Amino acid sequence: MFYLESGQFSTAYRQDRRLFRLRQERLALWLTVLAAYTVVPWLGNDYWFSAILIPFLVLSLAGLGLNLLTGYAGQLSLGSAAFMAVGAFATYNLLLRLPGLPLLAGIGLGGLVAAAVGVLVGLPSGRIKGFYLLVSTLAAQFFVQWVLTKFSWFSNDSASGVITAPPLLLAGQDFSSPLGRYLLTLSVVLPLVLLARNLLHSELGRYWMAVRDMDTAAAVIGIPVFKAKLLAFAISSFILGVAGALWAFTYLGTVEPHGFDLNRSFQVLFIIIIGGMGSILGNFLGAAFIVLLPVALSVLSGVYFADWLPSGQLENLQKIIFGALIIVFLIKEPDGLARLWQQARARLRVWPLRY
Amino acid sequence: MSFLIEVLLGGLLAGVMYSLVAIGFVLIYKASGVFNFAQGSMVLFAALTFVSLLERGVPFALALAITLLAMLVLALLIERLVLQHLVNRPPITLFMATLGLSYIIEGGAQVLWGSQVHGLELGIDDVPLEVGPLLLSQFDLFAAATAGVLVALLSLLFSRTRIGLSLRAVADDPLAALAVGVRLRRMWAIVWAVAGFVGLVAGLLWGARLGVQFSLSLIVLKALPVLIIGGFTSIGGAIVGGLLIGASEKLAEVYIGPLVGGGIENWFPYVLALGFLLVRPAGLFGERAIERV
Repeated sequence: MFYLESGQFSTAYRQDRRLFRLRQERLALWLTVLAAYTVVPWLGNDYWFSAILIPFLVLSLAGLGLNLLTGYAGQLSLGSAAFMAVGAFATYNLLLRLPGLPLLAGIGLGGLVAAAVGVLVGLPSGRIKGFYLLVSTLAAQFFVQWVLTKFSWFSNDSASGVITAPPLLLAGQDFSSPLGRYLLTLSVVLPLVLLARNLLHSELGRYWMAVRDMDTAAAVIGIPVFKAKLLAFAISSFILGVAGALWAFTYLGTVEPHGFDLNRSFQVLFIIIIGGMGSILGNFLGAAFIVLLPVALSVLSGVYFADWLPSGQLENLQKIIFGALIIVFLIKEPDGLARLWQQARARLRVWPLRY
Repeated sequence: MSFLIEVLLGGLLAGVMYSLVAIGFVLIYKASGVFNFAQGSMVLFAALTFVSLLERGVPFALALAITLLAMLVLALLIERLVLQHLVNRPPITLFMATLGLSYIIEGGAQVLWGSQVHGLELGIDDVPLEVGPLLLSQFDLFAAATAGVLVALLSLLFSRTRIGLSLRAVADDPLAALAVGVRLRRMWAIVWAVAGFVGLVAGLLWGARLGVQFSLSLIVLKALPVLIIGGFTSIGGAIVGGLLIGASEKLAEVYIGPLVGGGIENWFPYVLALGFLLVRPAGLFGERAIERV
């Protein structure tokens, strides 16, 4: 009833190609964006901005980056954090060494550097398939971390490779307050998400899905498999690089290479497993889950188990719950939280009837 | 010259320790097609259980038996609670399930036994042994011998017993095995238990070397390149891969490391494995997948 598609016809090719074909979806999107820019800043406080909303947005973006590569193009990667690190450190160095470079241009160029590294890492994918490809992304993961800690040039000779964000100036405005950083993050994330959605509806997006489903078959029908894979690596790394720059500059403020270790890669992977592989909405749901679960757990344990649970155990308990949730999701809901939304939509479509 | 040989031999022996972890992987991959990322945490769990029992005054043999039993129960639980529900899912899903599994096992082991570092004494002196002009670690020799015995036992299991026959059948073609009456699920449980046993051996040796602590589960990252060089389906490949990685890692550490400031042991094996893969995309001894559309 709320989701009736009947009566919405495409009468021009332009309409047929639009990103959101349903009026309701377009409305929901505009309302969400509007709310994110007006209601949320009005309601939120500094804690919400800097501890929940910013990491949520950045991790959603990182999830999107990995999802393009793993969920859409089917190339398993355990090196997401390496690309994030490249993005963060490249942006830092660009802003440092090219005075006068606008902040957003720095982030974009940092993303491009990450994309270049991504292509390099993706090169073996032309010859190696499946799990064997893990070795390429893991090599990147360890190598990038090693380079960034070993050569202090990348961190401007600071101790142990820590970098600190420059002042977040944009068109003369200072965006360093929690609200400002939130708005900045939001304004970077939104266009990229729309871009990705657009991309997935394009020829390239179809190529990726064909390669994911069976790359031999894709090659047989004439899809340039290697090119599609490389582009997947490049675009995914670009987005991850931007996410890394945001993570360093708008979320943490200071970051060291160690902050982008293998665990961060796993975290991004879990976002797309829990949220849903091959879904854009899933990245947001998964990121929200990943950000909110530790908060919820520590609040809960503070209320209920504070007496008998030693503080060190909380981390282990979180680990167990995380692991269990992943397995439960894989068993019960292999398509992730995004699938739950699809089911809800199917129900809304016929509501108040059952079918 | 003798320095070179010493480094080389030291590396080869260290490589055997990597192989021990990789063998557990291969067993599971062969029998169930699962890329088991949880092997490292199984190593940790086994070692931690064993050490904690020892520290509570349980005699060595009994502690070993109890730990073995624990690994068996763990294998049964994994089969019952996880694998059984994921039959016929794509390999990537199974891989991610083992990622979740490794979180559970790591967390569980530490909730159960605490997260402090335990020392483990196996009664082998780690004094260097002089063989002619060379100095070799006695402990490494012991580890290599253990690995040799283990591989011999495994090949006996595979070639001489009924279980081994069934396991080979399952590895060859699960559907055909099922059709002739092999109990697939029981075989999975068995192979996970055997991998748990291999994990226990690896855990004891690595634990005696590094101390039993959380970082033990990270040796899974050392075993991965070994596995990839050797191919996922070959136990012999795991050994050869381990030797290759161990030797070249040590040589690189000694001869290339100083040039670039050291610390290369984290990524060098992966780059090496990548080099091997570019020449042989399924590892040295792995089965080449034949794809049909």
